Amino acid sequence: MVRNVTLLSRSADAVIIAILVISSLLCIFPIWYTIAVSFSDKSAVAGGMVSWLPVDFTLSSYKKILQERAFFTAFGVSLERVLLGGIINFVICALMAYPLSRSPQQFRFRNIYMWFIVFTMLFGGGLIPWFVTIKSYGLLDTIWALVLPTAVPVFNVILLVNYFRSIPRDMDEAGMMDGAGPWYMLLKVYLPLSVPVLATITLFSIVGHWNSFFDGLILMNKQEHYPLQTYIQQLVVQINTDNMTTEELRQAAQLSSKTLNAAKIVISMLPILIVYPFLQRFFIHGIMLGSVKE
Amino acid sequence: MKKQPFELHYHLMLLPGILLLILFSIVPMFGITIAFQNFKPGLGFWHSEWVGLDNFRYLFELPDSRNIFLNTIYIAVLKIVANMIVPVVFALLLNEVRTVLLKRSVQTIVYLPHFLSWVILAGIISDLLSMDGLINQILSGVGIEPIMFLGSNHWFPGIIVTSDVWKEFGFGTIVYLAALTGINPALYEAASIDGASRLQQLRFITLPSLKPTIILLATLSLGNVLNAGFDQIFNLYNPLVYDSGDIIDTYVYRAGLLQVQYGLATAVGLLKSVISFVLIIISYVLASKFANYRIF
Repeated sequence: MVRNVTLLSRSADAVIIAILVISSLLCIFPIWYTIAVSFSDKSAVAGGMVSWLPVDFTLSSYKKILQERAFFTAFGVSLERVLLGGIINFVICALMAYPLSRSPQQFRFRNIYMWFIVFTMLFGGGLIPWFVTIKSYGLLDTIWALVLPTAVPVFNVILLVNYFRSIPRDMDEAGMMDGAGPWYMLLKVYLPLSVPVLATITLFSIVGHWNSFFDGLILMNKQEHYPLQTYIQQLVVQINTDNMTTEELRQAAQLSSKTLNAAKIVISMLPILIVYPFLQRFFIHGIMLGSVKE
Repeated sequence: MKKQPFELHYHLMLLPGILLLILFSIVPMFGITIAFQNFKPGLGFWHSEWVGLDNFRYLFELPDSRNIFLNTIYIAVLKIVANMIVPVVFALLLNEVRTVLLKRSVQTIVYLPHFLSWVILAGIISDLLSMDGLINQILSGVGIEPIMFLGSNHWFPGIIVTSDVWKEFGFGTIVYLAALTGINPALYEAASIDGASRLQQLRFITLPSLKPTIILLATLSLGNVLNAGFDQIFNLYNPLVYDSGDIIDTYVYRAGLLQVQYGLATAVGLLKSVISFVLIIISYVLASKFANYRIF
């Protein structure tokens, strides 16, 4: 009887492991395949010979991208917005989280501010009023259009507020006894104690800035101002078939090269793949820490 | 309550963030008045003609609008259900694995798509599903005619839901895995001493422990019933699949920014914002009542 149970249990384990391994492979395959295509020869891809390894290995797609100035301009715009946006997000987040983590006794307006920022997260005017507003500020075609509207990451602020509140009150009292003011407490006590959460929200905001394409599409009129994702979106993903004749469609299909597009996609996910190991180390821990409440 | 020390400093710390929120969240809210205007970008906000509820009347007469709302709800609800079931099952399977290395590797792989943008994933998907893409090559290998997946109203909603699950299911397991590690191991020990099988342990210990998390997330997802995923659909759809794939957000984009019908597009957006807001409030009230959930 006992033997029977373990046998059953073992075969169940085998089935579970098989399901997990197969679904992980399925999950990663499309990304892997794109990488393989990007290193393959054009005619091998057209002939449908690539399955999971590059066929006739070549770097020619990547060499071709090196000659494309617009691609690097877009890459630069993306780097600029990540750097600028990431710093702004971090500073705003830290500055807002500290006062909001005070109790209503310590800071009488705490709940009013809190409801205000939550309200801005839950309700919005919609796309058109948002666009008209930013246009009226004269921000179109400037880098500020990409970083200021998302300058306050409300979700991250709440995450950080909840984490700050989990820091023992004794810290506060000890600091106050020594005559430390709020700026000192934030910089020298709260921030150093919150490194895992800060790393998490910073990585979130970096990934968010790197990945967003829509603001670039509607707020930038000139192609040289497009961030990389918008550039890719326009050239690789979106082929506007609305006004094309069949002849034009045929030409467009010939011009767009699968290997070149794959190489562009690979380069644009490279930064994410590079920060991913750090991301993974922090985010699970960070999210769970931030959700601890009193 | 009497004035506390440092309150001035607290206001100062909040000032930049609050200012930016006013500029970029509150000011646009006043822009919803465009929904009641025949807004002309040239005339601007102050000189455009007021038309009362005309935009809404037009909206309800438009044959497309019924379709757009139904598509949105259909795709969003399918996504909510699929993104609930798949992560729970996957987390339960992962929880049974005792080899740490295997567990870690699987997690590393399945979390990855969450961090890639829809532009990239849509580029990959439309290549795989194109007429001469890998999927159609495999199909023709077994003698099936190539299918125009992304141009077919029959396939489109399914592709949207499946690819969304692909992107998000791994990340969705995190919260369930956390709930699973919170279960007291003594419960399992006691159960196995009493002779409970693994299936019985799953049914009487694991699932009941996950129930509060599942209910909470299901309640909170109520607010997403009108969010079918703009970034994803925008990067995958084309005029051939407007019938099954056009959603509120994509329609607002086209009507407003491409066809410059600002009033109509704002009216549609406003309708969505208001309904979503009401749903979110309802879901929070329910969640705080039954699951003791607090946002802050």
